[in-house]
Amino acid sequence: MNVLLFTLLILICSLAAGLLGSLTGLGGGVVIVPLLVLVFKVNIHYAAGASLISVIATSSGAAAAYVKEGYSNVRIGMLLEVATTLGALYGAYLVAKVSPAAIAIIFGIVLIVSAYLSLRKPPNIVDTRPPDRLAAWLRLNGDYPTPDGLVAYTVRRVPLGFLICNCAGILSGLLGIGSGALKVLGMDQAMETPFKVSTATSNFMIGVTAAASAGIYFHRGYVDPSLAMPVMLGVLLGAFIGARIMPGAATHYLRILFSAAIVVLGIEMLLKGLTGKL
Amino acid sequence: MNELKGGWNDERMDNTISVLLRTGVILSSIVVLAGGIAYLLQYAGHFPDYRVFQREPAGLMSFRGILAGIFSWHGRNWIQFGLVLLALTPVARVAFCVFVFLKEKDWTYVFLTLIVLSVLIFSFVGR
Repeated sequence: MNVLLFTLLILICSLAAGLLGSLTGLGGGVVIVPLLVLVFKVNIHYAAGASLISVIATSSGAAAAYVKEGYSNVRIGMLLEVATTLGALYGAYLVAKVSPAAIAIIFGIVLIVSAYLSLRKPPNIVDTRPPDRLAAWLRLNGDYPTPDGLVAYTVRRVPLGFLICNCAGILSGLLGIGSGALKVLGMDQAMETPFKVSTATSNFMIGVTAAASAGIYFHRGYVDPSLAMPVMLGVLLGAFIGARIMPGAATHYLRILFSAAIVVLGIEMLLKGLTGKL
Repeated sequence: MNELKGGWNDERMDNTISVLLRTGVILSSIVVLAGGIAYLLQYAGHFPDYRVFQREPAGLMSFRGILAGIFSWHGRNWIQFGLVLLALTPVARVAFCVFVFLKEKDWTYVFLTLIVLSVLIFSFVGR
């Protein structure tokens, strides 16, 4: 396969990944690495480098829209970014210490778990307890737009959310993904922020988290321009089209289909790591 | 909506962040696309092999090298320059947040945002 055909095929696949990721709200970044490794036989370090770049592009593009709509909470984002960037720095250093087979195994597990997380229903919290003191001191409580006007929410269990986001950062740096599913989990399950606020704030954080690993990725030579170019442009274009059609408004059927594809890729990555064919 | 000192409110901050992020993404995409077209014109008939990881040439790994590379008119150097621009977009956003929290005299968040900015600078500059 020559450069032109290779680049075009990767561009088309990345576009599809970005489109599906945007329509289902699962993000396209998570399927890029297994796609490149399993289908295009790309080394896992180059694949992670290209994926990390595409994650910065889509999350910055999406965050630009979300921030304006008033869903994301900049204070929660800034606080948790301390956790995610420190984790991402550590994760990026770990890449050189962990064998490619082990990275593939961890990747497989993360794919399967995030498919499971994405299918769970957003929790509906009715809150009557007194406000959390740490959250109040950090001025994390806020409000967000709903069909019934602005609704206020209070934040809880900040340290637990911080810890979960630290883990999300490590995985992001190690695997070259956004690990949005884990960040959302840390916010809506631990800190009890409304689901829309969690997803928007997670998107806001993903770009900064990925940037914290990106510097190291560049220095270590994980970012190959010829490979990252079609991946970045494809995923970005796909996500843009998806956002134009209807963001996060995919049918239940499409969501299940995409999750199933993620699980299959996860199992393939696990097997690849376990049999040492990397 | 929190009204902030210094003429900044949360809405104005959100709008500026939005413009900043969008500008960074569009600008870097244009550079990457231009570099990509140049690269394809130069290398379309070559056969790529990404199976083995062998780092990148020095000119594509260090920022001094990447900056110097944009004057060499090679597609790959331009793509890499565009990718660095993209990666620096969130860094610019964090730097802007430091500025806003300073204006607000919200010292807790000035401190937290400076930690994030230091981590980012360390990643890009440190070895």
